[in-house]
Amino acid sequence: MTAKHEIRKSIIASIWFMFLTFPIMVIKVNTVTNTIEWRWYNMALVGIGIFFLSMLWRYLLKKKEEGGKKEKKAGLSLIQRLLQEKQFALPGMVIIAVITIIFPHIFSMYQTNIMISALIFVMLGLGLNIVIGLAGLLVLGYAAFFAVGAYAYALLNLHYGVGFWIALPIGGILAALFGILLGYPVLRLRGDYLAIVTLGFGEIIRLVLENWNEFSFGPSGIKNIPKPGFFGIELSMQATTIYIFYIVVLLVVFTIFVINRLKNSRIGRAWTALKDDEIASQAMGIDKAKTKLRAFALGSTWAGMAGVVFAAKTTFINPASFTLWESVIILCTVVLGGMGSIAGVIAGALLLILLPEYMRDFGEFRMITFGAVLILMMIFRPGGMIEDVRKTYKFEK
Amino acid sequence: MKKVGKWLALITVSLFTLTAVSSAMAADTIKVGVAGAHSGDLASYGLPTVNAAKLVVKKINASGGVLGKQVELLTEDDVCKPEVAGNTATKLVSDGAIVVIGHICSGATKSALGIYKNANIITISPSATSPDLTLSGEYPNFFRTIAHDAVQAQVQAKYAVETLKIKTVAILHDKGDYGKGQAELAQKYFTEAGVKVVLFEGVTPGAVDYSAIVTKVKSKKPELIIWGGYHPEASKIVTLMRKKKMNTIFMGGDGIKDDTFIKVAGEFAEGVYATGPRDISQNPLAIQAKKEHQDAYGSDPGAFYDNAYSATLAILNAIQKAGSTDYAAVVKALQTEDVETPLGKIKFDAKGDATGIGFSVYKIEKGAFAEQK
Amino acid sequence: MDFEYFTQLFFGGLTRGSIYALIALGYTMVYGIIELINFAHGEIYMIGAFTGLIISSVLTMMGMPTLAVIILAGMAAIIYSCAYGYTMEKIAYKPLRNAPRLSALISAIGMSLFLQNYVLLAQTSDFLPFPSLVPEFKFWEPYSHILTTPELMILSTTVFVMILLTFLIKFTKIGKAMRATSQDKIMASLLGINVDQVISATFVVGSATAAIGGILIASHIGQINFYMGFIAGIKAFVAAVLGGIGSIPGAVLGSFVLGWTESFFTGYISSDYEDVFAFIFLVVILIFRPSGILGRSQTQKV
Repeated sequence: MTAKHEIRKSIIASIWFMFLTFPIMVIKVNTVTNTIEWRWYNMALVGIGIFFLSMLWRYLLKKKEEGGKKEKKAGLSLIQRLLQEKQFALPGMVIIAVITIIFPHIFSMYQTNIMISALIFVMLGLGLNIVIGLAGLLVLGYAAFFAVGAYAYALLNLHYGVGFWIALPIGGILAALFGILLGYPVLRLRGDYLAIVTLGFGEIIRLVLENWNEFSFGPSGIKNIPKPGFFGIELSMQATTIYIFYIVVLLVVFTIFVINRLKNSRIGRAWTALKDDEIASQAMGIDKAKTKLRAFALGSTWAGMAGVVFAAKTTFINPASFTLWESVIILCTVVLGGMGSIAGVIAGALLLILLPEYMRDFGEFRMITFGAVLILMMIFRPGGMIEDVRKTYKFEK
Repeated sequence: MKKVGKWLALITVSLFTLTAVSSAMAADTIKVGVAGAHSGDLASYGLPTVNAAKLVVKKINASGGVLGKQVELLTEDDVCKPEVAGNTATKLVSDGAIVVIGHICSGATKSALGIYKNANIITISPSATSPDLTLSGEYPNFFRTIAHDAVQAQVQAKYAVETLKIKTVAILHDKGDYGKGQAELAQKYFTEAGVKVVLFEGVTPGAVDYSAIVTKVKSKKPELIIWGGYHPEASKIVTLMRKKKMNTIFMGGDGIKDDTFIKVAGEFAEGVYATGPRDISQNPLAIQAKKEHQDAYGSDPGAFYDNAYSATLAILNAIQKAGSTDYAAVVKALQTEDVETPLGKIKFDAKGDATGIGFSVYKIEKGAFAEQK
Repeated sequence: MDFEYFTQLFFGGLTRGSIYALIALGYTMVYGIIELINFAHGEIYMIGAFTGLIISSVLTMMGMPTLAVIILAGMAAIIYSCAYGYTMEKIAYKPLRNAPRLSALISAIGMSLFLQNYVLLAQTSDFLPFPSLVPEFKFWEPYSHILTTPELMILSTTVFVMILLTFLIKFTKIGKAMRATSQDKIMASLLGINVDQVISATFVVGSATAAIGGILIASHIGQINFYMGFIAGIKAFVAAVLGGIGSIPGAVLGSFVLGWTESFFTGYISSDYEDVFAFIFLVVILIFRPSGILGRSQTQKV
């Protein structure tokens, strides 16, 4: 526990990492000219870097352990308390509302566009939050429902000229139907088996879209999807972007409203009960099949609607936008933000989508930073950025 | 309704400010966007274009710029993903780009073009080969310095029938936008040429092993295999075929006409045919362009370098000849004024395809692509 | 169609299945002990292949004989993969031992991204040619149109590794400790088993099999790049679940079944829908056997 001890530990760590990274960081073989490039400076860099990082690492872990004990006594973190205080709620909401309304006017169109993407992911995150955070069903193929919504709008528009506003509910309902279609056979599965089946389902949807040319135009996708209409007026590109921004904001607000109501409703509490203990909740008279299917259906609805908005925003879709990777990102937004917590999921989605965009300056280092951020966040805040606070009922004598 | 009215007012106001801002910025320099995959697994197709544009612009700026103004490059990454390309395009538009060189992949180009079209921005791609980008006539603002895939498929069919005397063919693709598109065109032109297509299938990119599909191709006994897609899967399939003692002729498009293919497939690459842009290694401008790259970066230029070099030259020349950055004038200059480029003397037809460039068939002999006459 | 065609597809599926099996073994072992889907396991396989390539080219350039190169490069790949597996567990999973399970999953996803981009930045984004480390055997020459030598190698190695693993788990002390830990961590530690060490050992053994897989597959398909671990990893994971995750014979059987499914579907129907069919097959199996083919169905405790 002395400084000497700490230094020795750090030196061991740095030697270990110098050994570990030796072949990949130091040696570079040029197979064309058959020469080897020895990059010893990398080894020095790793050695010095790890020495300090390892000290920092142990310091933070220790702090976390102590903090963990303390926090339990203190109860809620600062943000959570802020969220609960009634006197901050109103002014806070007003400030957020004002910022959102003026956002597209003070920032450039590029910023607005990125914000639209981020908000679409907020919708997706909140939708998946119903399935994972509230009902505790691990779904790894959520992008499939997103795809259903996007293709619903694109195809309905192409063949029947259906407009955005009619497609929006249709996309949601179709996705819900697919949710039930998936949910029904997997009712018996639990945990990771459920995860892998939903992963498979997501891949099936994508592969069908990729291969069935007659139906979905295959990998070349569908282009020229119209942007949403504004009472029949042609809008310029800037205006449309701002218009879509407001549509997404409204949808997000609507989503938050619905989920907030759901959370403390009869279904919401049934989900929480099922998540905690299936058998006990069945014994209490909760219909497992119905409750789970409701979670699937309601969760997918938002993905479907987000898909419609996505198609309208990009005006071009192809199966490459709905891969497993998208599902994983949505899952990350939920877990990173804090499962079950609405504010958390919003924060997570904004962070995960905006971070890589603004890290463009890091260039080639942005994905590696992203990976590291994921790991560090989970280690130091395993419950997510803003943890969910469950409603507690106190029995007072 | 009152709220909607207020928003509408806000929208109009912001619209005016935005346009005012972008025109004010345009006054200082001529901003040229360069968009394509600059990171990710397709970066090796996108980065050479950035280098080409930088070199051309450096040269032109040194000799006084265009219309007396300096040219400024705005490079943006789209990772070759359609959904990212939309953001990339809006970024370029809002940064005040007047013309854009890019994008690299057809899918990304498609998704970005609508945005450029609305903003009256001319887009010139060095590598997007999907036929309907020009042939559909939907994008009058689109030009390219590469021949489209249909030309390539025609060349393949013609060569296979006339020179190789092929009667049956198996067509494989990687299920991607580029690969499947190429394979479908090949199917069309081979069938028209009277060749029987015995197999038309996609393989899963990135799979650990292709022995099942190789076995299947073998059982159909085609005389030729046409590959639609990029080189990684092609080299896996060719290697496995040769290891399994299958000597069927293998032919791919410009996706495999890449030195990495020869490097990776090694001895198994011998005898493989690939179509690619006509050989320009004797063109003095091309030699000069290559030398500039070697001097500046110390390595040989990568894929689509010459196309990008030519695209940059062509667009800057057109602005100079048009005498302004006005959309209609530049389009007219692109279509009427010849320009000397590494690809030869080119101008553009009404649809946006460059005249005077085409495809040749190459065969890999002794570890290098040899043009077949 | 004729019998030879069937045999070729059969062996093709068997090879593919063996490749999945070598990766799936690591998945299933880690899952069996700490119930974590180790998303970064495919990356360990990729690092194994890269290390093998780098070391073998360096040794070849130094003028070592081929046999020595193969042995040394193979050993280096295994050692380094184990080291990476060990370190990965210490950094990304150990601090999360008592956290919600999904947090560990996200950490694993982050690890996977980190390792991919680490290799991309330190080495290259290009595809690299991988030398055929396995020599062509003369006596096998007549059969090589059905099964090439590398394929034969992959097959026999898988069988060998599986026997070795079964031995390790059934008869050695550490194997016993692993089984005890997977049944009940707290009870095991009460009985004097160092649970942390057992978990580390599991990661090391799992990484070793992945490294062997990495080298064999790379020399079979002749090329590697930083992204090769992702798809192979997902497929191996599917195979492990199909067989019943946590069970070692299950992982191997699941891999073979998946390999055959894909191979025969491609051969007799179409490779366009190869993966669609594989996933539908998985769903059907899991509907009828919710814990996989060989998985024990868990009794739920209230």
